[in-house]
Amino acid sequence: MNIIIRNTGEIPIYEQIVSQVKGAILSGELAEGDALPSIRLLAKELRISVITTKRAYEELERDGYIVTMSGKGSYVAPQNLELVREEQRRALEQHLTDAIQAAKTAGINRQELQELLTLLYDEETGDG
Amino acid sequence: MQPVIEIQGLRKEYAGFTLQDLNLTIEEGTITGLVGANGAGKSTTLKLILNLVRRDAGTIRVFGLDNREKDREIKAQIGVVFDEPCFHDILTPHQISAYMGSLYAGWDAAFFGTLLGRFSLPEKKIVKEFSRGMKMKLSIAAAMAHHPRLLLLDEPTSGLDPLVRDEILDMFLEFLQDDRHSIVLSSHITSDLEKIADTIALIDNGRLVFHEEKDRLREQYVLIKGSSAQLEKLDQNLLIGVRKNEYGFEALSKNRRQAAFAGLVTETPTIEDIMLFYTRSRKGNNG
Repeated sequence: MNIIIRNTGEIPIYEQIVSQVKGAILSGELAEGDALPSIRLLAKELRISVITTKRAYEELERDGYIVTMSGKGSYVAPQNLELVREEQRRALEQHLTDAIQAAKTAGINRQELQELLTLLYDEETGDG
Repeated sequence: MQPVIEIQGLRKEYAGFTLQDLNLTIEEGTITGLVGANGAGKSTTLKLILNLVRRDAGTIRVFGLDNREKDREIKAQIGVVFDEPCFHDILTPHQISAYMGSLYAGWDAAFFGTLLGRFSLPEKKIVKEFSRGMKMKLSIAAAMAHHPRLLLLDEPTSGLDPLVRDEILDMFLEFLQDDRHSIVLSSHITSDLEKIADTIALIDNGRLVFHEEKDRLREQYVLIKGSSAQLEKLDQNLLIGVRKNEYGFEALSKNRRQAAFAGLVTETPTIEDIMLFYTRSRKGNNG
């Protein structure tokens, strides 16, 4: 697993860790039962504060992605992937609804919006 | 976590300078950065923790023990580095090891040798031939070789090039792999602290302005910039250390989410920004 921290920018470092670890779990790179680095080791490797990594792990634990056993470390929790994907899908639908509202406000029709989506999708995935 | 240092109501008077009513608790397993201008009271605080100068009021507990009653017991578990390298010019690291071994019961000559190797320091050369960076690395190796639980470091990275600073920061992070270990370091090179510190304590003119988790600072504080007209509409109580110029103003605020700042340019301040604006606001230098 790679974790890339962006020091400039507005996204707090702990959030960057949380989203990247979640990403690794959802993509299957990290499987159930895999050990995560200790809080202190991760802080050392990323050269960030221990409190920051601790907060990231607490958040991951709260969201059910990892479990921490005292004295033993943190592990990837059993995932209900069905449920996670469903949740992600709901979030995506909400974003798209927002985009449709914004398009209507700006007088952009359905076809233009679809073209824009295709263009941006290709750009993002590097196919464009 | 339990506290490694507890300071209550600490007071120290010098002619023309008073460190006053200092309350500060430092948790075990963390790195705390003491920041502040020269003469703000950072070194005085470190010396008081070490019981090197007499305090006028207050209590200091280190590892849960009173630092005057248990002076020796406490010092045996602390590693100290002061700004000025403290070894005599004509000694070699090898001789220093023998000398330190006579001072500290817990001195680990083999570990000292390992640290010298890590820092690429020659054992048989006299200190006089060392560069400033090498001397500082030697001081740090010497401070760590008796396996202390707490490192107190006064400006350990000042005057050093970025490569050496990097090596030193790595060494500190390694030390902290044991969660019973703690580091307190003062620095005005705040970029180092920006990276590794868990909490920041700002001392200004003998007073503790705040002691806060570094991440919280970034979430609370905001640097705002705008026109003079915008400045007039703002509640001045929200602003810290306003600086006006011909073309507008900039100021620090602790209320990042303040709606009144909509329409102004906002940035996340660095620790250095926070320190500068607080110092400026005390001096009332608003122009």
